[in-house]
Amino acid sequence: MSAESSFSLLGNLGAQDISFVHAYENPVMSEFIAASAGGFMVVGAVIVIALLSYYRGWRSLWFDWLTSVDHKKVGIMYIVVAFVMLARAIIEAVLMRYHQSIAVNDPGILSPDHFGQLFSTHGSIMIFFVAMPFVSGMMNYIMPQQIGARDVSFPLLNAISLWLTAAGAALVMISLVVGQFSTGGWTAYPPYTSIEFSPGEGVDYWIWSISLTSIGSTLTGLNFATTIYKNRAPGMTLFRMPLFCWTTLCTSILMIFAMAPLTIATLMLALDRYAGFHFFTNDSGGNMMNYANLFWLFGHPEVYILILPAFGVFSEVISTFSGKVIYGYKSLVFATMSIAVLSFTVWLHHFFTMGQGANVNAVFGIATMLIGVPTGVKVYDWLLTMVRGRIRLSTAMLFSIMFLVTFVLGGLTGVILANPPVDFAVHNSLFLVAHFHNMVIPGVLFGMIAGYQFWFPKAFGFRLSERWGKASFWCWSIGFYLTFMPLYALGLMGAMRRTVEWFRPEYLGWLQVSFAGAMLLLSGFLLLAVQLIVSVRQREQRRVPAGDPWDGRSLEWSNSAPPPEYNFAVIPQVEARDAFSWMKEHKKAYLSPDNYEDIMVPKNSMVAPVIGVAAIVFGFALVWHIWWLAIVSFTGIWGTVIARSFVTETERVIPASEVRADHEAWLARVREAPVTPREREDTSDNVGRAEVLA
Amino acid sequence: MNGEPTTGGAVETYEKDFRSYCIGGALALVLTAIAFALVAFEILPVFERLVAIALLAVVQIVVHFRYFLHISWHSHRDDLQLVLFTSLILFLMVGGTIWILFNLHSRMM
Amino acid sequence: MNTSPLSHPGLNLGSVDEYSHEEAEPVIFGFWIFLMADLVLFALLFATYATMSVQGQADGPSPADIFDLSSAFIGTMLLLASSITFGMASLALKYRADGPHLVLWLVLTFILGAGFIGMELRDFMTMIAQGAVPQLSGFLSSFYLLVATHGIHVTAGLIWMIVLLIQLRVMGRTTTVKLRIMRLALFWHMLDIVWVCIFSFVYLYGVTL
Repeated sequence: MSAESSFSLLGNLGAQDISFVHAYENPVMSEFIAASAGGFMVVGAVIVIALLSYYRGWRSLWFDWLTSVDHKKVGIMYIVVAFVMLARAIIEAVLMRYHQSIAVNDPGILSPDHFGQLFSTHGSIMIFFVAMPFVSGMMNYIMPQQIGARDVSFPLLNAISLWLTAAGAALVMISLVVGQFSTGGWTAYPPYTSIEFSPGEGVDYWIWSISLTSIGSTLTGLNFATTIYKNRAPGMTLFRMPLFCWTTLCTSILMIFAMAPLTIATLMLALDRYAGFHFFTNDSGGNMMNYANLFWLFGHPEVYILILPAFGVFSEVISTFSGKVIYGYKSLVFATMSIAVLSFTVWLHHFFTMGQGANVNAVFGIATMLIGVPTGVKVYDWLLTMVRGRIRLSTAMLFSIMFLVTFVLGGLTGVILANPPVDFAVHNSLFLVAHFHNMVIPGVLFGMIAGYQFWFPKAFGFRLSERWGKASFWCWSIGFYLTFMPLYALGLMGAMRRTVEWFRPEYLGWLQVSFAGAMLLLSGFLLLAVQLIVSVRQREQRRVPAGDPWDGRSLEWSNSAPPPEYNFAVIPQVEARDAFSWMKEHKKAYLSPDNYEDIMVPKNSMVAPVIGVAAIVFGFALVWHIWWLAIVSFTGIWGTVIARSFVTETERVIPASEVRADHEAWLARVREAPVTPREREDTSDNVGRAEVLA
Repeated sequence: MNGEPTTGGAVETYEKDFRSYCIGGALALVLTAIAFALVAFEILPVFERLVAIALLAVVQIVVHFRYFLHISWHSHRDDLQLVLFTSLILFLMVGGTIWILFNLHSRMM
Repeated sequence: MNTSPLSHPGLNLGSVDEYSHEEAEPVIFGFWIFLMADLVLFALLFATYATMSVQGQADGPSPADIFDLSSAFIGTMLLLASSITFGMASLALKYRADGPHLVLWLVLTFILGAGFIGMELRDFMTMIAQGAVPQLSGFLSSFYLLVATHGIHVTAGLIWMIVLLIQLRVMGRTTTVKLRIMRLALFWHMLDIVWVCIFSFVYLYGVTL
């Protein structure tokens, strides 16, 4: 606590906390890099504001996007957040790889403190502000359409979840300019992160940004689970759902139960730091080992929250681009459920070395090896889907195939690590770092990129450039191997993680190769941006208004591209699995409905952005100990919630006549559209009416 | 307060629902009183007392679920599944935490 | 798909108000999920308390030194009574289309709940005056967090009750308001369940061990 008893309007905040001022007062390379990063962010924000003003986009931004509660818009906004934060986190990674490639018997370009912040933000951002929003956005966009629903069960809550995550991301971005971030890693273990050893504001930035987004994720899980249980179209039994919906359901269950331990861990850490409690202190009965226990009770299910949606994407992509029904549907469902349950039984493998007895370690080690089995079942199912299929090597399919090979390699190193005695040798070494990147990059990232390539035409009405997509794919793939294979070797040679300088010259070559790989990964990301820009410019030739460019199998392909606000003019009656394929085979696709009805859709609401902005202010105020502001913003958040509850007109009507007019016009276009044979799929002939092969 | 309800056609169910809360309340009261009495009057040896308190708590929780929350084997399958799954998660998390921390503690001494 | 007459937890409106009954299913299911997540939160606070009450006393007091059982008993009675009165309010919601019963039972619930909070605050202040502050030991930190988290939840429920009483007056007994009262009922009963665990495993165990 501050020695001064005087009240300060700005809490602990002072001029020297602004990164530009700080760099001016301490002119060293490390500070310049930090200030430039802050500068880039400010410049980026200014450019966005300038573009919005130039194209007069403010009205549209507010009325069409920021206040929207439409799951499709919310999904897209989640993915935008993910891509923006991915840009930052990749640059941080490249910076660290560069520094490490020269920092052998050399202090490099980053001070230890700066390096500490970099690995902390890189990890925290990638997990909480890239991967989580990416999977949440993907599930948000696709799942309601796949089950034949108009939206999720609680649309406003959905928007609020988005804004809570955006608020957390904003706090992390603000930390680039105002103050410093934590140096405790993405796991923030006390007592290092206690007030005694991390007295500044860094750990508090971590605590509050993570807390905000984790509340959002719990609410998202609740929303998706309710939607799947209660909002499916008639005839859509659970066992007729596409696999992406099954993985969404299991992911949601994980979100519901796994975020609570994190909330508890961060709350206890906050109480220790702010109020002198003794949950994790060295003295007075604190138990720092409980932090690791609580954190990983969250942390392990968390990684399954990230990977299960990717598995869902792969099921959809592989079956569509093999032109075959997915092999072993039921085994895939049961495998997914097993993974979900087992993910709650393995968390101790993250701290085998913390001091438990061998029996405890053995039980969790065995459970960890068990959890590889259902994943293996899934891999075989995907392979068998491809056997005797008519495979098209689209960008999405390429990412899927690379996933199959690379993810399995990473899984094998996981089985190695599951062995407690082996883990004692490589825990927290670069071997571990290589392992988990070997799971997240080919698993989560490739899955999300594949989903993005696959469903982009549905969401925006035009296809992405396959040429640039494939170029990006090769950079990502080769880049991954070059960056991380050396890390396995380095880990076995004794190199530990989070290390700012090494003293063994034999590491140098491997680190340089790794840096080259990181540059390729960055190129892969940049090529995705190029792909988007090129595709937008060519969008007229790439349009697929009929909505089914790939001969899709599930219901989201049965509406227009982009889909109408209400998803389906008439809620479909489902007769079988792969509902849309069934309709196409039985000539029930694109039929005019007998009856149109008025459709109720939720009205836009400014509640979500208001809560989001108030949450940013609340988090910021807590970080800097600006108590009056914290109270005001907290009251603002709950006051908004209560005020909203008094609003009765929360829906608006889309009259049946309008639905009829729009739908019939679209059906007319579809019936006129030429059917595109598979060989012409990647040409401007493809207007979204793909040939259906028996 | 116990007069006839003014909405038509649902008299027997009103009686049934009313009884549910009364029985639940009475049972909860008794179970609570026994638990406090066990401690206040130091009935039973310590270990057995602790076991008895735990059992009384579990029974009272079931009473609350059944008579106040109306959760029983007749509930909607989704709701039952959720309660049972939650119980599994609670068992794993709480049991696991206590096992791990007591194991660590014993190895620190 | 659903062969059970009970479509959601808590008192079902059923044939008394079929429209509300149909609207209720997804809305109450969503809230039920939230309660499950909340239970996990409490469970971990209990698990932490279980270890810290034994291992984390440091040089500070033990549970037996500071727990006041008679106060805990009174609080328990107040909260249990409030659960019963909320049950009566739920019955009034379902079976009495109008009349003062619903509001009166809710107000009674509020008074009993506020009484519970009042007792708890008094207990905390007594303990603090004795020097048993959370900053003294791990055991005390975990005790205060667990019990105060429950207390904050109850307080939130009381605020929610006031808002709903206002909404009953301003908006009337619409489906929306009914569904909110039904969710508050679930919340309130769940908090009583958590309290059963607190008086059993914190207070009674604390004094016995």
